[in-house]
Amino acid sequence: METLIQLTVTGLANGAILALAALGFALVYKATGVINFAQGDFLAVGAWAVFAAIATFGLHWSLALLFGVAVAVILAILVERFVLRPMIGESVIAVIMVTIGLSAVIRSILQMLFGTSPRRLPPVLPGGTVELAGAVVPVNRLVAIAAATVVLGAFTVFFKRSRHGIAMRAVADDQQAALTMGISVRRIFAMAWALAGISAVIGGLLIADIVGVSGEVATFGLIVFPVVILGGLDSIPGTIVGGAVIGLLVQYSAGYVGGGLQQVVPYIVLVLILLVRPYGLFGEIRIERV
Amino acid sequence: MAAISTGVHHRSYRSELRLRHANAEHVRLAIAIALLVVLPFLASPFWLTVANQVGIAVVGAIGLNILTGYTGQISLGQGGFLAVGAYTSGLLVARMGVPTGVAVVVAVLTTAAVGAFFGLPALRLKGLYLAIATLASQFIILWVVRNWTVVTGGVDSLVVPRPALGDAVLRTDFAWYWVIGIVAAVCVVVSRNLFRTGIGRAFMAIRDHDIAAEAMGVDVVRYKVLAFALSSGFVGLAGALTAHYRTIVTFERFTLEVSILYLAMIIVGGLGSTLGSILGATFMIVLPALITQAGQSLQGSFLARQLPAIQLGVFGLVIVLFLIFEPRGLARMWQRTKDYFRLWPFRY
Repeated sequence: METLIQLTVTGLANGAILALAALGFALVYKATGVINFAQGDFLAVGAWAVFAAIATFGLHWSLALLFGVAVAVILAILVERFVLRPMIGESVIAVIMVTIGLSAVIRSILQMLFGTSPRRLPPVLPGGTVELAGAVVPVNRLVAIAAATVVLGAFTVFFKRSRHGIAMRAVADDQQAALTMGISVRRIFAMAWALAGISAVIGGLLIADIVGVSGEVATFGLIVFPVVILGGLDSIPGTIVGGAVIGLLVQYSAGYVGGGLQQVVPYIVLVLILLVRPYGLFGEIRIERV
Repeated sequence: MAAISTGVHHRSYRSELRLRHANAEHVRLAIAIALLVVLPFLASPFWLTVANQVGIAVVGAIGLNILTGYTGQISLGQGGFLAVGAYTSGLLVARMGVPTGVAVVVAVLTTAAVGAFFGLPALRLKGLYLAIATLASQFIILWVVRNWTVVTGGVDSLVVPRPALGDAVLRTDFAWYWVIGIVAAVCVVVSRNLFRTGIGRAFMAIRDHDIAAEAMGVDVVRYKVLAFALSSGFVGLAGALTAHYRTIVTFERFTLEVSILYLAMIIVGGLGSTLGSILGATFMIVLPALITQAGQSLQGSFLARQLPAIQLGVFGLVIVLFLIFEPRGLARMWQRTKDYFRLWPFRY
């Protein structure tokens, strides 16, 4: 029972972070149709920016978070303007490869600035443990779950209620129709990237607090794919459910089966989903059949 | 070509199907072959190793180009297929004492079969879904390699004995250069000719428009699986060559980065072009070697310490810049250079 609770809390915490990473991915895909293989590196940029602000400049963590958001937004907008806008109309292969190249460039810059050895962030989330039905659970995981839930909730409301959110959905649905309604598609593209950057900073901060800052942060970007495919590539609620399911699945297979199975389980799920229901649980059924 | 000639005019199907239409092409080919023959006598040991790596990469890049460039099916599972080829061949020789030549052939066939299997999702998926499915195959294959300890040795490296014929052991880079060179040349010829046959034309029809291809009588299912099998066969050959050339097989040599490296080769070289595979493989192998050399001459300085990061950054930058400014790659640049001189002093 204690193991179960512990695995569940860890799984949900990882799932929450995954959902934040997947959210940025889904936002960009939904609005601009770009598959961003560099999402993991955006997480890393967020984590390192916050780390630099706290450890090097000695800022309070809330200011550091603002700094991280500023860095991520500027980076995201630059990327949209100078890398992905020239790629409009190119084939899927080209768009995928350009984001892969981008990911290598970002990783190399981070490596030059901060080196390869992992660092520890001065704790931002409350430390310590709390007892939950007999199981000892670290508090920061619970806080991570809560923080991610709040952010994901805020994004959901933003999409459902706010003018900009609705404009983004309109662009995602039909760019030409959105243009005729007076929506600036360019601005929406930039906004989608900026929001993806912001969600990456928050995700990156949570990862940094729990597992430390290193190049490893970027590998979270690859488990994003099982999450978004499971939830549906263009679905915001899908990322939440997908994140939770994958997070839990990894933890349960690590805790109960072991033998390194947890490394491959997300991808087996991925293949199965692709074979049975490629548009995922909540995605729009618009996949091209061959 | 004379200045007044207006182009190549074909009077028969035979002449149109010829691989080379103009005398200049024969001359260029002869010069290229001559350079390749002279190269090992002039190159330093470092560059001879690089040349061998280029040769192996050319084989793999040709394989990937058949799939991605000609048939339009993106694959991020290249590293996994290389691993299948390398481990199959390596294990057959090291554990079962099979002659190297036989092991390589078995490795090619095995990889082709595995590739066809992982190509099955391609029957239903396209574009980015296929990319993600093949990404999964990369992780699953490598996971099997790491965890099937009884057979593969897991994370320990597999030591492969050097191939020998009688008393002659294939040991030096110089000897390997000829072996790899001949294998790569055969692959180039096969690839060039493949796209003069019905199979190759069917691949290109599927790339250009799958539904139209189906309407034209191309069996899309069959040819897609065939493209995966053929492409993986080449990749398996490259993997087997790596295993025997390096004599040590570890899973670290077949990670996702390798898949990406191969995709980068064919994009930088030119999708859907055999010349592009050669140029791209050469470029993407020689460039890091050049950076390494430059770094060694700057021993101890700030730049030398940052070498891995610089290599990574240049790698990414090359991909991004090529895609933005010359999406059709080095092959297209070569074509433009030739046109410039042919049409000189006119622009077009």
